Amino acid sequence: MAMRRTTRTKLYRFTMYAIFIAIVVWVALATDWVKITTVFFNVEVAIKQFPNIIVIALRNTILFTLIAFVGGAILGVLFAIMKLSSVGPYRWFATAWIELFRGMPAILTLFIIAYGLPIGLGFQMPGGAIVSGLLGLIMVSSAYIAEVVRSGIQAVPKGQTEASRSLGMSPMKTMFWVVLPQGFRIIIPPMTNEFVLLLKDTSLLFVVGSTLATKELTTFARDAQSVDANSTPLIMAALLYLVVTIPLTRAVAWLERKMAKQR
Amino acid sequence: MSTDLIDVQAPAIEVRGLFKSFGDNEVLKGIDLTVTPGEVVCVIGPSGSGKSTLLRSVNLLEEPTGGSIIIEGIDVTDPDVDIDRVRTRIGMVFQSFNLFPHLDVLGNLTLAQRRVLKRSKAEADEIAHEMLARVGLSEKADAFPGHLSGGQQQRVAIARALCMNPDMMLFDEPTSALDPELVGEVLQVMRTLADEGMTMLVVTHEMGFAREVSSRLIFIDGGVIVEEGDPREVLANPQHPRTQDFLSRVL
Repeated sequence: MAMRRTTRTKLYRFTMYAIFIAIVVWVALATDWVKITTVFFNVEVAIKQFPNIIVIALRNTILFTLIAFVGGAILGVLFAIMKLSSVGPYRWFATAWIELFRGMPAILTLFIIAYGLPIGLGFQMPGGAIVSGLLGLIMVSSAYIAEVVRSGIQAVPKGQTEASRSLGMSPMKTMFWVVLPQGFRIIIPPMTNEFVLLLKDTSLLFVVGSTLATKELTTFARDAQSVDANSTPLIMAALLYLVVTIPLTRAVAWLERKMAKQR
Repeated sequence: MSTDLIDVQAPAIEVRGLFKSFGDNEVLKGIDLTVTPGEVVCVIGPSGSGKSTLLRSVNLLEEPTGGSIIIEGIDVTDPDVDIDRVRTRIGMVFQSFNLFPHLDVLGNLTLAQRRVLKRSKAEADEIAHEMLARVGLSEKADAFPGHLSGGQQQRVAIARALCMNPDMMLFDEPTSALDPELVGEVLQVMRTLADEGMTMLVVTHEMGFAREVSSRLIFIDGGVIVEEGDPREVLANPQHPRTQDFLSRVL
């Protein structure tokens, strides 16, 4: 007997749902919920983390991200302009910088700056390891941001530069007043992406060592985990990262929609 | 010709033996051209003839490979010349308008006034409003370019150039990107400018405009000036076979 096509589709869907629910039920029954709750969602351990996980760890994560992002953005714009320069040595230097710090694992950059320089050259960074670490993050982020900014500059139509130059604006004024403002609108989405990546990359500062005052979220959570042999702080740290990143990406999506309308 | 009357002054534009190549492609092959103050010169020719390149060479948007460009007595091909200063005296209008999309109309009109001529905001605003009135768009000062029609955008672009108080204007196919019904409003603004005595060099396909407004018509083909003269005569009675061939196809 031939089934109607809609009937067959319904039967197929029903089977798929049934299999899915069976798996969920089986996993739920097989799981030791008491143990999971004690190890990952332990209220007592969670309460112990306050207020430091907020006032020190989250604060530092956001502060370090901002420092690395602003520093990286300033250098990034500079390197982007250098990379597009007609002057060879500027172009070569910017290209070398970008390739170097984009091509190397960020953690290796941090090792070299935080350990390589002091041990190899006897150079002590004023402000301690955290300053070295932040400098490393700035270098890494500047390389990525330079490429984003360069793509933004190049996405601005050539006619814009020609119109500006025809009005007697110098190359510098043209860049600052005409090209960059338009380029920045184009690069808002990829720059948000960089910000989120950088927020997570501050966890790499783990490797440069820290005092209580300079712990960021991941370091803080890892240390707290070993104190009680309990993983609740890791889950808390994870949630706190999301508390920052999700509203941020939503806000930027909203901003993009608003700007698209204005055009 | 009527232009003889102002012969005592230096030419607004003097092009001497201009050559321009893009790689192996030689676009301009020795152009000589003089535009005296108050003259309206129209340049016509088939696409790829080099007419836009000629116009863009005048304010050095294209760097000549040979020859010289002399603007009001100053050789701008001399590397020591401050080209930005000379450019403030040459208004340029593009086929694709090239308004700054991130600025409103007033912002478009005041940017270079303030950053280049160092005018105060109040002064720049006043001049901007005056020029907007000249192109008939006083009510659009706060609009963004994206909200204007093509014809309005081009008139704003003309106003933007006028805000610098240029001695001459270059038009690079100013109506070619416009819908047919919007061409008239732009030509009308240009016609008024010409009547007021503005020195103009216009690359165009609008033969009617060339016939009625220009004081001289130049036909370019293959990177050289093939024929030039009084627009009515050239259009009605072209001497050179290439001019005849071109006009038979466009008229």
